[in-house]
Amino acid sequence: MSDITRSTGTQLVKRGLAEMLKGGVVMDVVNPEQARIAEDAGAVAVMALERVPSDIRRDGGVARMSDPEMIEGIKAAVTIPVMAKVRIGHFAEAQIIQALGVDYVDESEVLTPADEAHHIDKWAFDVPFVCGATNLGEALRRISEGACLIRSKGEAGTGNIVEAVRHLRSIMGDIGRITKADSAELFEWAKRLQAPLSLVQEIAETGELPVPMFCAGGIATPADASLVMQLGAQSVFVGSGIFKSDDPAPRARAIVEATTNFTDPVILGKVSRGLGAAMPGLEIDTLETRLADRGW
Amino acid sequence: MKVGVLALQGAFARHAAVLTDVGVAPIEVRTPEHLSGVDALVMPGGESTTMSMLLDIAELRQPLAERITRGLPVFGTCAGMILLASSVADGRSDQESLAAIDIDVRRNGYGRQIDSFEADVNVGGEGLPSWDTPFHGVFIRAPVVERVGDGIEVLASVDDNPVLCRQGHVMVASFHPELTADRRIHELFVEAA
Repeated sequence: MSDITRSTGTQLVKRGLAEMLKGGVVMDVVNPEQARIAEDAGAVAVMALERVPSDIRRDGGVARMSDPEMIEGIKAAVTIPVMAKVRIGHFAEAQIIQALGVDYVDESEVLTPADEAHHIDKWAFDVPFVCGATNLGEALRRISEGACLIRSKGEAGTGNIVEAVRHLRSIMGDIGRITKADSAELFEWAKRLQAPLSLVQEIAETGELPVPMFCAGGIATPADASLVMQLGAQSVFVGSGIFKSDDPAPRARAIVEATTNFTDPVILGKVSRGLGAAMPGLEIDTLETRLADRGW
Repeated sequence: MKVGVLALQGAFARHAAVLTDVGVAPIEVRTPEHLSGVDALVMPGGESTTMSMLLDIAELRQPLAERITRGLPVFGTCAGMILLASSVADGRSDQESLAAIDIDVRRNGYGRQIDSFEADVNVGGEGLPSWDTPFHGVFIRAPVVERVGDGIEVLASVDDNPVLCRQGHVMVASFHPELTADRRIHELFVEAA
């Protein structure tokens, strides 16, 4: 049928989808009904998972990949891309998720890690991966393993933006410092970050990460979305922040509008009105488990 | 000439970078005021459902439709193509398109992300300078053009499906010329605009 050669699963098509998700909101959903609410509110993608991070935090126990039946149900419910989480290092879960035809795999610290030393070799997959990072070294190690999208981790399930801000500032700050470093200093940077020299050199040249960078972990309000976008995130992931709030649909839409108009305080003021209560937040110092510490 | 890039969501920054490369200073368009200041508009890839909703919220849909009717040159890629098509299959039931070019498209017609692909595309047509090398097309959850109306110029196809079409001042591509280093398609749009 075809006289044209098609290449699938390339870095260009994998990173390309992340480009298309820029300026948007990816929302955590636990069932098809929530997925439809998210799509109606203008989400660019949904993350299918069994429990949102705040419930995982509350319930404890081992958090694993979601039931394929539930993922299939969400895929059938919406027309936008569907992402799903796998445990750090659990390449068998990732193989299953890829076979389900999910559009993006999140190798996520929100689930209980399966491997204490190794992340998944993401080059071995045709489906693209997103991974979390708390600093630039971690981001570059994930990219060297084949991640096509980085999200700053923040602290999932807390509704507290402070960790997301810390991680974003750390990543963006080091990128800025690397662009000012001379070529000899880049070797020291690679050593300090425990990251491949070639990626450090690429940042020095381009002034940005080689893949898009989004923000996750703690976004609960339109103002939070604006804050992290102004700090350099290119899109936001909202987990518990929507469906653990009083009135999810208007809040979801307001966060979408805030992400598009993140530099316009007048619009931000308008969309922030009358949304009801945000999810209850948690102080970072009171946490038993810091999810962001997972990953190496 | 002032070329705008619809900047509601998606790959607008990549388009803006390419436009800068080909010598026009791009303007990000998020409001009707921004729109009234441009002489041509690029509608980027992204999620068409999201962009469609944001077009309404920003009260951009009606002024945009009117400008296009009055001859505003527009170039839509992927989601931009979906928004400009006359009819959309497999979209959301409430998805409204601008019907600026007489083609029918099927959303995600090539499949999900796992089916996204790169392929060399031969571009050509009447009145086009002959290109001696193909254009490398990147197709991301791309729409399939299932019907083209009379008077549509099909400038490139993959297998039997048109992937680059033009009708007067409206040009659409199902792939992403903003993701590769080849500037020829943006040049084609800017020169014609």
